[in-house]
Amino acid sequence: MTDSNNTWEYAPSLEGTSHIQLKEKYDLFIDGKWIKPSNNRYFDTINPATEEKLAEIAWATEDDVDLAVMAARKAYVEVWSVMKASERAKYIFRIARLMQEHAKELALIETLDGGKPIRESRDIDVPLACNHFFYYAGWADKLQDAFPQRNIQSLGVAGQIIPWNFPLLMAAWKIAPALAAGNTVVLKPAESTSLTALKLAEIIEASGLPAGVVNIVTGNGDTGAAIVNHPDVDKIAFTGSTAVGKLIQRAVAGTAKKVSLELGGKSANIVLEDAPIDQAVEGIVNGIFFNQGHVCCAGSRLYVQESIAEEVVRKLKQRMGSLYVGNPLDKNTDIGAINSKEQLNTIEKYINIGINEGSDLFQVECDLPSKGFYCRPTIFTNVAQSSVIAQEEIFGPVLTIQTFRTIDEVIQKANNSPYGLAAGVWTDKGSRIFNLTSKLRAGVIWSNTYNKFDPASPFGGYKESGFGREGGLHGLEAYLK
Amino acid sequence: MNILKTYKIYIAGQFPRTESGRTYVVNDAAGNPIANVCQSSKKDIRNAVQAARKAFGPWSERSAFNRGQILYRIAEMLGGRKAQFIEELIQQGQTIERAQIEIETSIDRIVYYAGWCDKFQQILSSVNPVNSSHFNFSVAEATGVVGVLADEQTGLLGLVSQLMPVIAGGNTVVFIAAEKSPLCAITFAEVLATSDLPAGVVNIVTGFANEMLPTLAEHMDVNALYLSNASNEIVKSTQLSAVDNLKRVVVVNEDWNQEKAQGIAFISSFQEIKTTWHPIEQIGGATSSY
Repeated sequence: MTDSNNTWEYAPSLEGTSHIQLKEKYDLFIDGKWIKPSNNRYFDTINPATEEKLAEIAWATEDDVDLAVMAARKAYVEVWSVMKASERAKYIFRIARLMQEHAKELALIETLDGGKPIRESRDIDVPLACNHFFYYAGWADKLQDAFPQRNIQSLGVAGQIIPWNFPLLMAAWKIAPALAAGNTVVLKPAESTSLTALKLAEIIEASGLPAGVVNIVTGNGDTGAAIVNHPDVDKIAFTGSTAVGKLIQRAVAGTAKKVSLELGGKSANIVLEDAPIDQAVEGIVNGIFFNQGHVCCAGSRLYVQESIAEEVVRKLKQRMGSLYVGNPLDKNTDIGAINSKEQLNTIEKYINIGINEGSDLFQVECDLPSKGFYCRPTIFTNVAQSSVIAQEEIFGPVLTIQTFRTIDEVIQKANNSPYGLAAGVWTDKGSRIFNLTSKLRAGVIWSNTYNKFDPASPFGGYKESGFGREGGLHGLEAYLK
Repeated sequence: MNILKTYKIYIAGQFPRTESGRTYVVNDAAGNPIANVCQSSKKDIRNAVQAARKAFGPWSERSAFNRGQILYRIAEMLGGRKAQFIEELIQQGQTIERAQIEIETSIDRIVYYAGWCDKFQQILSSVNPVNSSHFNFSVAEATGVVGVLADEQTGLLGLVSQLMPVIAGGNTVVFIAAEKSPLCAITFAEVLATSDLPAGVVNIVTGFANEMLPTLAEHMDVNALYLSNASNEIVKSTQLSAVDNLKRVVVVNEDWNQEKAQGIAFISSFQEIKTTWHPIEQIGGATSSY
């Protein structure tokens, strides 16, 4: 039997897209209205699985951002900050409900615009996004109970910039706690994945949320910079790369802006010799191949105890052989399209670096669609701690595998990274789990599981993975004085 | 004839002179010289950071109860040396009444934070009711090595107020003493050295902030910086220096004499929240519904 031998052929099971409603052209959602960008410029958003154009998206200028911030300020002062908290809660509940009603459409658009498998957008992204609004809605009139030690106050206008890997979910992570805490919002989705945020804007419009409480401005990095540098923004919340996070920190130095950053990672997934190996292999696959590896907390550094390394790698390769790579709309698909050509180039660059560094490459031998951006699931063995591919965030389906002998050794290796977002630990022994989880310097630790998320669960990093938490009671902190 | 005290710096539990061999003169309120104090160098800062990093693992892993005992011991030792601190505070321009209040408030504040050591976790932590079969909880953990620039306005109370919540939370510290009134900081180091606090948990250097602060703020092995009543220029330049490894920069403007200038917020500013997930097995038909 070859490692990639796939004896489980399924007939394609494509999700239909006939009932989704996409406009040809999307304007900016400012002050409750759809407004053309001041320079009248638009850019295309494409389906990375087919390279076909989906729609045109407005490119917000500095003037447009200024308009959005003014609308948000006006809504903050006149409406949102003076509204009874229980009323605020009801608006957020209503948004959650409307999102649930549009769940199917949101999932399809997410998959079309971003390339992720429909199974993931349907079962993970969209339900989590709805639940996030539902969770935070209930906090709106209980804020003082969350922080009884102090007199809580909202911040004002929150500028929020989100990435392309979980477009709708990140919009929910940003908007829901901001609104619950009494702030108004100017949100910029990522350039390549604006559509679900714009659908969310339509839902917000339909919800009757007062004009200007949420404003959605689309565009590129310049639009993001205009938000960060705007003097009337009180809070910046950013999820994205560590490099951009540092630019933001520089830009806000010396200002009164409150900042929360959720940045990159190179998270260690650690398998000890007493781990349930088949479960661990599933966890490794989920850790690195979930969402094509476009996950800030991806378990991209695998550490396997030496005594079981051969077995784990053999079973991993075998399991990789049964992964379906291809059309994201196919309900069988495990690994969809890489989000953009640019990102595919980055991933391929790192794969070449790994080969040139002398690490051993293994890729599944599967057919890839002729159009669109795809990358085969990739693992590297014979990797050194100092290898570039073991140190830098690749943000793709590329795993490095290293071995270790003692617990102390793996704690040192795992912590030897400027990042500190997440880690995984696989072992059957409870006391060992708590030893490791308390010594790993990371904000989220999954023991005997990986890549689980929940609105009630605080998420965020140590060190250069950023600061501030999203989710749970701790996630409110980022939006309160 | 009086024996004049030699004020040295405090690194890794030792009292070395600055490696640079330089000193500067500290004057009393009337402008008369009262002491030669170490003008510490960038190298001293780096040595102090190294000591703080080495001490971080063991200190943060110590039981919270034990950290509380050690902080309480610091209060006891300070109480035993009131007279010396009052004398130094007066030398540095305080009235005797103010000096007495400052030392009493300082002791009270240390006792206050000693009590927090094994309590703040319960307030900052949570068990999170996730929508899946997992046990999910969040705990507070120390941020790491914290660089503290002393509040220039108060020699002892500011130092105690800044230092105690940071170490109560399990962090280790490199402390740049107030430039014009550093005497209490060094004498306080002597209190620390005799109060069971492990070497390297607190390191105190004296000298010129504009020379040392950039080195501390840029140091890639420092996790957070703490400024109190600092000028806008210092705040901005420190924030810029902190970017490269995304240090947390905490800026407060407190009147440390006030009772409200203490609290759990001063501890939580130097804590990270760690969330742990663990599956809960769901097999069998037994339920807990008695």
